[in-house]
Amino acid sequence: MSFVIATTLDEALAALSAGARPVAGGSDLVVGARHGKAPLPADLVAIDRLDDLKCVEITDAGACIGALVNHHTIETHPVLSTVYAALADGSALVGSPSTRNVGTIGGNVMNASPAMDTGAPLVVLGAEVELQSVRGSRRVSVAELWTAPGRTSASSDELCVAVHIPAPTARTNSAYLRLEYRRAMEIAVVGAAASVTLADDGSVAGVRVALTAVAPTIIEVTGLGAGSIADVAAAAANAAAEQARPISDVRASDRYRRHTVGVMASRAVLAAARRASGESIAIPVNRALGIGAAS
Amino acid sequence: MSDQPASSTMVSITLNVNGVDYPVAVDQGRNLLSVIRTEVGLTGTKEGCDDCECGACMVLLDGQPVNSCSYLAAQAQGKAITTVEGLMDGQEMHPLQRNILEDGGVQCGFCTPGMLVSACALLERNPSPTEEEVRIGLSGNLCRCTGYAKIVTAVQRTAQELHP
Repeated sequence: MSFVIATTLDEALAALSAGARPVAGGSDLVVGARHGKAPLPADLVAIDRLDDLKCVEITDAGACIGALVNHHTIETHPVLSTVYAALADGSALVGSPSTRNVGTIGGNVMNASPAMDTGAPLVVLGAEVELQSVRGSRRVSVAELWTAPGRTSASSDELCVAVHIPAPTARTNSAYLRLEYRRAMEIAVVGAAASVTLADDGSVAGVRVALTAVAPTIIEVTGLGAGSIADVAAAAANAAAEQARPISDVRASDRYRRHTVGVMASRAVLAAARRASGESIAIPVNRALGIGAAS
Repeated sequence: MSDQPASSTMVSITLNVNGVDYPVAVDQGRNLLSVIRTEVGLTGTKEGCDDCECGACMVLLDGQPVNSCSYLAAQAQGKAITTVEGLMDGQEMHPLQRNILEDGGVQCGFCTPGMLVSACALLERNPSPTEEEVRIGLSGNLCRCTGYAKIVTAVQRTAQELHP
């Protein structure tokens, strides 16, 4: 039984290797423990003072987002909110100002909720997670990381230290939006992210679409190809509804989720295409386009 | 890892609340809210939902708003904690406090401390917010009495007073 506040990454990794669990902001861990979802771990290592993990680095190769970067930083970052817009759309929808201040990208990714708002954006942006332990470090794609609700392929001694996103190609941009019943402290009923690359003639040359809260993990829609923006948006809607494996729960029925995730997928493609053409749509798309709960 | 509940591990820490150091011994699983109310003895900060939803427990941690019901007290050591009591300047109310009273933004009063703390953080970050920005800034604070309009008015009026 122990509580350690780590001041260096090595100290944190050593504690994890000895069986401790990491806590950054604690919003998933502490609330989960109170609900009886999982008891608070006996051995905890607080990682929130590891300043090296709080940096956003933008290079020609892409973005490296430290695991402790919070949602507020992502939604307001000048490059993340324009070049990697879907991620900023997702971060801007998380909880409330205080949640976005405490909640980190690393915590969000490793909590592995199928309803996480940054998940579908990270899939369509082709993100990889950097995992580090005393044994070394490795990178896995987010799709390989998430294995089931609340479960990842990471070992218990591995710490997520960064999220890497490759730089997008020319005339590419992205968007994420969700169906919500209220505007704050909400969990996605369903959501969809799209990344769209436009050809010179303005049609869609390439597209990726991923879905939130319709399967045990965030899933990517398969079988989408090039075409006019309207055709690709319609195809995304159909494919999303077909490939979704939603459950019924207190927030929505499976049938409602299957229908609405198609609508979200279509709107995500349309919003991403507008951004890819150079149009600026404010973060988050939900608010800018009046999607989701009314004000 | 042990299967025992974490409830028997005590940590000795010093919490700096509103500029005053409070040495306390707390269980490593205790949330900051319960320590502020019980050990520190400042009861302005409220427990509403105890689930990180309602914002009644909002405090500032190094100037940033945090739901203290869902933050480990042991993690707050070395950080500057500000509660609603800390908004006062001696016996003088903070302009936000004065305006929320004058504008009728208080009814039962249970959400008020959290509202004030969130509003304070908002104005620190954005001294001249639009109505929409005020509503987003307070979106983590639920009020079941006032309908929000008078609270939003009070925050906007305070912004104008402080930055005319």
